[in-house]
Amino acid sequence: MSSIPDPFGLAAAALLAVGFYGFVTHRHPLRRLLAINIFGNGVFMTLILVARWMPGGPDPIPHAMVLTGIVIAVSATAFGLALVRRSMTQEDGDRREPDDD
Amino acid sequence: MTEHLPVLAVFLPLLGGVLQFLLGSRGLPVWPLAVAALTVGCVLLLVGAVGSNGSIEHAIGGWDPPLGIRLRADGLAAVMLLLTAVVGAAVSVYALGPHGKASPQATHFWALWLLLWGSLNALFLSADLFNIYVTLELVTLSAIPLVLLAGPGKTVAAALRYLQFALFGSLLYLLGVAITYGLAGSLDLALVGPALADGGLAAGLAAGCLIGGVLVKAAIVPCHVWLPPAHGNAPAAVSAVLSALVVKAAVYLLLRFWTEPLAGLSGTLVAQLLGALGAAAIFYGSIQAFRQERLKLVVAYSTVAQLGYMLLFFPLAVSQAWDGAVYHGLAHGVAKASLFLATGNVIAYVGHDRLRELRGLDRPLALSVFAFGLASVSIMGLPPSGGFVAKWLLLSAAVETGQWWWAVVLIIGGLLAAAYIIRVLRYAFLQAPGPAVDVQGPVPSAVMAWPATLLGLLAILMGFTAAPTLALLGGLPGATS
Repeated sequence: MSSIPDPFGLAAAALLAVGFYGFVTHRHPLRRLLAINIFGNGVFMTLILVARWMPGGPDPIPHAMVLTGIVIAVSATAFGLALVRRSMTQEDGDRREPDDD
Repeated sequence: MTEHLPVLAVFLPLLGGVLQFLLGSRGLPVWPLAVAALTVGCVLLLVGAVGSNGSIEHAIGGWDPPLGIRLRADGLAAVMLLLTAVVGAAVSVYALGPHGKASPQATHFWALWLLLWGSLNALFLSADLFNIYVTLELVTLSAIPLVLLAGPGKTVAAALRYLQFALFGSLLYLLGVAITYGLAGSLDLALVGPALADGGLAAGLAAGCLIGGVLVKAAIVPCHVWLPPAHGNAPAAVSAVLSALVVKAAVYLLLRFWTEPLAGLSGTLVAQLLGALGAAAIFYGSIQAFRQERLKLVVAYSTVAQLGYMLLFFPLAVSQAWDGAVYHGLAHGVAKASLFLATGNVIAYVGHDRLRELRGLDRPLALSVFAFGLASVSIMGLPPSGGFVAKWLLLSAAVETGQWWWAVVLIIGGLLAAAYIIRVLRYAFLQAPGPAVDVQGPVPSAVMAWPATLLGLLAILMGFTAAPTLALLGGLPGATS
């Protein structure tokens, strides 16, 4: 934690800001999902940063938290994408797919 | 045996749900019902043990924190587990009606419902911040597919919006967890308190992220926009679970954080702000409920309003407010589940839930409308119901701490609730006689009518069971009296 801004920290803050801005301003579901993912990456970067700041060198616990977080983010995003696709095929019109999932 | 009960309460429904997926429609409905019955039995034993011996802790697999995961059942967790078991049992019986026969939809319902039940139990038993994040995500990812079971046509947009808000809320929460870990070097709810208390600006930021993330999940105004479409379009059994338990779990976390890890931080200003959000939720939700044209949306907006009462704990913050806020959560959970199940029966019979066209409901739907009326008594906060006891406790707390404005909020909130409930009952009973519908749907069978009625009766009975429940809850954590 020096007086010079940590580029890693700045990157994390930028990702958080961009993600939040995207979530608030965009209406399109795909863009919103992307914004959530960018925000999530900012959170994961923050966790990595926290791990580095911990006394006694890199702390493995935040790393484990990032791994768990990534797994959750991937599955939630996949579910979100499936929903986006379903809503788009509905908007496109009469192409009704059977409920197969 | 006793110390393994928390593990069983989590893993029985989780494994039962996963196996239901693998079994497909085989074993329906015997398997999920057996799992549900075992889960209820397990939770009852656990609650009994907490009631007689106090908190129970269990480190899973014998691994101690920080490496392992610690489950903890204290008074607050016990009453929430009890609520989940009661509502869960009723919903499981009710679901035999719409989802009793073997079909892909029924398989999905039972598997997801058991997963949701297990995730909720895990959330209430979690004792560290990160584990709570994981269980929050489990709850979300099993709750949203349940909404979709109503059919793809009307629920995809609602589910998508629900997912976006839920994901954003939990990431915000995770950011708070990250900062907290950086400050305290621990995630244990009981250990991070001191480090947060003298953490300065960073601790404030952490608390803001934790509270903000949970507020989004709890659908507190202004983050409520996802709730009415999701709860209003889901199948009846699912709406009951979502309104009675899932959003309640988020408010539970607020109470938990405020009294444990954030106890050293909780400033008066933030407390008043949270109370103001609660008041805004009560007014906005009630007024919106009054303006809805569909019965189910009335009930959904009523949830937005009723959750606000639990936030009134924060500015009041005395033992009576603690008792009142938690008891309100329990009473609302039981009453709201009853309302949604009864509404489901009305929709099954009439084929729609447009308020202005509801009439002649009294005869064929007598039991369901009776349930609706009983639960409404608790929602309005009339004696002798559970809702009355909770509001009375909150009112006493407002008077005790000399903050009369919260008493005004409570009284106006009760009147608004009476307005939107009586509007529904007026349409149901007092409209011009005539055939309700041209083509009547099936009259709800006993398994669909009685769970709603029993929950409605319980909502009234809770006016008399406050003392043992609050004894189980235990006093406000950290309070001297």
